[in-house]
Amino acid sequence: MIAAKDLRIERRSRIATNQVLPFAVVTMVLFAFALDSESVLARVAPGLVWLAVLLSMLVLVQRAAALETEDQALDALRISGVDPAAVFWGKSAALVLQLLILEAVLVAAAVILYRADVPASGIVLLVTSMGTATAGLAFVGTLYGGLAAGIAGRETLLPLLVLPVAAPVLIGATRALEAALGTGGAVTSEGWPWVGLLAVFTVTFGVAGSLAYGPLTED
Amino acid sequence: MNETDRSDGGLTPVVDLDDVVAVVGSFPVLAGATLRADTGDIVAVRGANGAGKSSLLRLCAGLLAVTRGRASVCGIDLVTDRRAVASAVGLLGHSNGLYADLSVAENIEFRAALVGAQPHEVRAAMRRLQVDGRLGDVAVRRLSAGQRRRTALACLMVRRARLWLLDEPHAGLDTAGRDIIDEVITEAARAGATVLVATHELERSARLATRTVEIRGGQIVNADPPTTRDHGDGGGRS
Repeated sequence: MIAAKDLRIERRSRIATNQVLPFAVVTMVLFAFALDSESVLARVAPGLVWLAVLLSMLVLVQRAAALETEDQALDALRISGVDPAAVFWGKSAALVLQLLILEAVLVAAAVILYRADVPASGIVLLVTSMGTATAGLAFVGTLYGGLAAGIAGRETLLPLLVLPVAAPVLIGATRALEAALGTGGAVTSEGWPWVGLLAVFTVTFGVAGSLAYGPLTED
Repeated sequence: MNETDRSDGGLTPVVDLDDVVAVVGSFPVLAGATLRADTGDIVAVRGANGAGKSSLLRLCAGLLAVTRGRASVCGIDLVTDRRAVASAVGLLGHSNGLYADLSVAENIEFRAALVGAQPHEVRAAMRRLQVDGRLGDVAVRRLSAGQRRRTALACLMVRRARLWLLDEPHAGLDTAGRDIIDEVITEAARAGATVLVATHELERSARLATRTVEIRGGQIVNADPPTTRDHGDGGGRS
């Protein structure tokens, strides 16, 4: 119910499609201009994809938090009797879907702009690692978005809170994507331990978010 | 809407605050507030800006913690379990709590779905607040302030709350809109709800309310005794 509401709002406002997605693609293009070397770009493409995902996620999380604070809708949600854990999972699910669409576009952009190759043998690892990392990022984003929602200056505070915590996802997801794409001679089997790390991170923040979202969003 | 029966056969007040202190940051927004409201009461809460009216309503909604004192709403102890009161209360705050990109109908349907209200209840609330028909499909961001207020009250209506907490419900409304709000409040009280209305509108609240209390510096300093007004044919607006 919460996820459907958030997605419906995003569909109406078109902020994700008209602002966040172009922002992510422009970021990828700027990376290409800055590095200006096909061989270097192909080598660092996985890291750049996830960096662009992370930066774009901050915008999406700000937006998701703003939905609830703009007209104090969060208060209405808090006294609706809905379990805060359900709100956390609903908002995370909406964020996961938006991030997955974003990632698909960014991987395509990496293939086009950076000449990255997606071998068939790496598809399963690619999908699994992206799904796991995306869930982890969504949990972190939703949790800290809720925490920052009631704080003055949340726009500047949120990146400070989220980026350090999301660093393990950036590292794990990048290594897994390198293995999936065969970047720098990496082989697919090297990616699975990183998926394990991502899974641990995701489960940890899924559980922590379920427990902490209610208390963190209170006055 | 039933009153809360006590084991001694008496009736528990819907709102029972005794010397309640509530603190936001380090500032005591309520500083020993004492208030009682029974089933069917419409209590107008008057007071200057910053006197503690909104804090009183937020405390009753379980959104503000009780720092000291004794407080219960609908028989639920706010000191030990303030979150449990959520299903029994409806709050219309200064803000409307609406999603600007959703239509009027979608906002009300969302609130209704959260509490398991039926589609016919949604339609009835929209009709009663006159936000049905073509207005129902309009995005909230395109509405006037008054239309938003009426939409927010329709959201509250579908909650079937036992305690209505209304913070300046007439704000932004024209005379006709204010009359509709007053009628809805009176009907809710007649149906067994208890209503606390924070307001600056002395004349209107005097006609609407069964009791008026004044809050100053976080304390209830002047409380009229409860009347036995019947909403059907007694005083007030009815």
